[in-house]
Amino acid sequence: MKAKHQRLILALLALGGVAGAGVLGASALRDEAAYFRTPEEIEAGKAVVGEPMRLGGMVAANSIKRQSDGITIVFVATDGKASIPVQFTGIVPDLFAENSGMVADGRMRADGTFVADKILAKHDEKYMPPQMEGMDKAVAKAAAKT
Amino acid sequence: MKSRWVLFVPLAIMGLLFGAFIYRLTVPGETLIQSQWINKPMPLFDLPPATAGVAGLKSSQLADGKPRLVNVFASWCIPCRAEAPQLEALKAAGVPIDGIAIRDRPEDVAQFLNEVGNPFDRIGSDMQSSVQIALGSSGVPETFLIDGKGIIREQIQGVILQEQVPEIIAKLEAMK
Amino acid sequence: MIAELGLALLWIAAALACLSLVAGIIFLRGGPKDLASLVRPASVAQGVLTTAAFGLLIALFVRSDMSVELVARNSNSLKPMIFKVAGTWGNHEGSMLLWLMILSLSGALIAIFERRLREDTLVATLAAQAALSLGFFAFLIFSSNPFNRLPVAPPDGQGLNPLLQDIGLAFHPPTLYVGYVGLSVAFSFAVGALITREIGPAFARAMRPWVLGSWIFLTLGITAGSYWAYYELGWGGWWFWDPVENVSLIPWLAGAALLHSVAVTATRNALRAWTVMLAVIGFSMSMVGTFIVRSGLLTSVHSFAVDPERGTFLLALMAIYIGGALTLFALRAGTVAEGKKFALLSREGSLVINNLLLTTILALVLLGTLYPIVAEAMGEKISVGPPYYNKVAGPLALILCLVMVAGPLLAWRKDDGRKLRSRLPIAALAGAIVLVLLVIFGGHVGILPLLGMAVAGVVAVASLAPLWGRNLRRTPLPTWGMVIAHFGVAVCLAGMGAESAFIKEKLVAAAPGETVRVGDFDVLFKGVKPIAGPNYTAIEGTLVAMSGGKSHVMKPESRMFPGLMGTAPTETNEAALLTRPGGQLYVVLGQPVQGADGRADRYQLRLWWKPLVWWIWLGGGLIAFGAALSMLGRAQLLALWRARRARKEEGRWK
Repeated sequence: MKAKHQRLILALLALGGVAGAGVLGASALRDEAAYFRTPEEIEAGKAVVGEPMRLGGMVAANSIKRQSDGITIVFVATDGKASIPVQFTGIVPDLFAENSGMVADGRMRADGTFVADKILAKHDEKYMPPQMEGMDKAVAKAAAKT
Repeated sequence: MKSRWVLFVPLAIMGLLFGAFIYRLTVPGETLIQSQWINKPMPLFDLPPATAGVAGLKSSQLADGKPRLVNVFASWCIPCRAEAPQLEALKAAGVPIDGIAIRDRPEDVAQFLNEVGNPFDRIGSDMQSSVQIALGSSGVPETFLIDGKGIIREQIQGVILQEQVPEIIAKLEAMK
Repeated sequence: MIAELGLALLWIAAALACLSLVAGIIFLRGGPKDLASLVRPASVAQGVLTTAAFGLLIALFVRSDMSVELVARNSNSLKPMIFKVAGTWGNHEGSMLLWLMILSLSGALIAIFERRLREDTLVATLAAQAALSLGFFAFLIFSSNPFNRLPVAPPDGQGLNPLLQDIGLAFHPPTLYVGYVGLSVAFSFAVGALITREIGPAFARAMRPWVLGSWIFLTLGITAGSYWAYYELGWGGWWFWDPVENVSLIPWLAGAALLHSVAVTATRNALRAWTVMLAVIGFSMSMVGTFIVRSGLLTSVHSFAVDPERGTFLLALMAIYIGGALTLFALRAGTVAEGKKFALLSREGSLVINNLLLTTILALVLLGTLYPIVAEAMGEKISVGPPYYNKVAGPLALILCLVMVAGPLLAWRKDDGRKLRSRLPIAALAGAIVLVLLVIFGGHVGILPLLGMAVAGVVAVASLAPLWGRNLRRTPLPTWGMVIAHFGVAVCLAGMGAESAFIKEKLVAAAPGETVRVGDFDVLFKGVKPIAGPNYTAIEGTLVAMSGGKSHVMKPESRMFPGLMGTAPTETNEAALLTRPGGQLYVVLGQPVQGADGRADRYQLRLWWKPLVWWIWLGGGLIAFGAALSMLGRAQLLALWRARRARKEEGRWK
């Protein structure tokens, strides 16, 4: 084989590799990227049951209930417009509390409960996912009205 | 076989990346949060005067027995101008108001007060937003209702509206 | 006085950088020859002064001088001394000064040690390095002055985020920074070589030890960071694909690609334009990573506060540097003569595939990291998590490992594949045995961990293959380095595979006196007691882990740091770890659980048995160690030193 052919093969290989990677990346992004949803969007039917998703909201007042096993909690996440029950088994972050923000990774169950695999609380005053912009205000306003 | 334009591909990719960055910077993901300081004393601070002729602001001065407002503002903030008449109205009703100027230059503050009037008894200059962050305040303007013991009772995010003025006066009255 | 002196030193150092840059440019445009002799000493002096400035900043933190704004905001007189020192770089301004110090020191080291390059290329390189540091001097002095004084000194400082108050984290960022900024040298070499068109083996050999050196620090930094996240966050994971982790991984991938392609350029004078481009990309990715973290563009557990003004400044700097270098590349690389030819089945061929795979992984990780920003621009809020990265990076990394196995067994230029045929079957057999054993005895194992462990078996055997039939004493140091580093990959991969496949987890609410079984351990929960640390209070749990007649006491803590001077109180979970040859037992103490009478009678406990988990970090260490051996072999620092001495001696006798 001539050297020129070799180069051509290498170039084609590179091209094929890049194209393959592009397809791989795009399809993985489509399948695996978790949409960030607010309770309002879920209530509007935007969430598909069983699809990975990230739910952001405030923990509603007096809503945290601990199950008798001591490790499962159920609470209500709200954005001031809609409320979604959330179930989580595990150790919640220390800063997780009622009336404060939280972000949960998980899936919707057919019965309308969000089952969380992981919960992040606001890590400190400075930590808030950009997706939750404006949500506190909405909640505060809703709270002020009632 | 190799054409020159291939060599510009990295530059083009970088251009795209930077486009995304610039977009993100112009539309910053604000870190909005509700104050964790409600019903807690004001954080300790000691801010220098924001402009000549108006005193600076110390947190200890806020616990003098009189309920008051602390208004977080900046001369570069346009909504703050819209808020000025309401502050004037509150001032006229006898409400003491202190200000915290965020990332502001003294001459700009002076200019601002010149244009919209000065409802403030004292104005502290918070050059690095440190007090702002400590207060859990996420933007300008924001107003805190402080009771006579220097405890934060309420936080109003955004501009105080005309119809809120009597409400605020009543709330401060109730704290006395 | 100290603060003012520090600022003055920064200004002088900046002036020296300016001098190097201007003198370098005039010289390269055909100006007087004497100018070239100015550049070296100026670079050395700049390095020394910047280091001194950083030393002064440390002194301010040690003395808890609260009149300095940075100290007041980030330190506290109650903090243990080691964290006062570490607090110097645990914040934006200090870390930027550290960044600048490493940048300047790198320039100084090139000026002192580099003797293999043509003089004009060296001057161009030093001028490029000076240009880089000049921008960051401007950033520091005008937008992030660490020596700023407060008009009124507060009685005490605002402390440090307790999450950051950890010995691992104290030394993790500087290690990563050395790696990030070390890549700047490769960047400057590439720019210098593009300017003088001296792109060839000499340039590649000069650059090689620098690439290796910074890559060692990146490897160590990432390994340490992974371990920090593992035991400090209390989530039990060792890699979260968090944006901050990704931005350290991306330059590491670029560095890995670069150190393999630079080998091709140095030995065979091929892949020249590609090597130059990677050198530019490597440091560009370091800057982009730092920018992403510093500007708060992406929020993450580790990120610092947002400041659009600084973000814009950094973005402009980066646009100038990266855009400038890539434009220079686009204009000049076309004039680089074609490199030496090689067959597909050859060392070069395998390294090209290695480079393609590494850059592809890099691109996919970058895509996942930045995609949320792009998606938001289009109105969708999206987060990209581990499933994406595992799906795209996992298979590619496994293929990469298999190529890695073949590469060292191939000859340069052209290979008949004899060594491959004679040595690979044994490695393949090892992999097959692992696979069969896992399928029979492993139970239900995910496909990725399963393949990972099998590939680890192949790599472990095959990575040693280059040593077979060789006189081990005569084997050159770089070969040893390669073998150890590749073996480290196998160790790391085996750890990742075993941990994911065989992890055992228990999550319970236990009352004192209860015993929990996890893996081969019976863990007795004895109870909790309050304790007080130097600047925190904590609830400490006591557990006794029993296995095979031996018992070990474990004490996980839940710590509370009081808020000081307007900072909110913060809590952290300190996991307790028990390291055994077969893995680690990991225990986290959670919240108290109230019983029927409202009293806390149970505590949440999370226990993991993580088989072979420490192999992950051992593997990382081996990779770094291998790279270090390689660097020692390549840099020939001793030889250089001797040559320098000899030249001086000669000068004396004249």
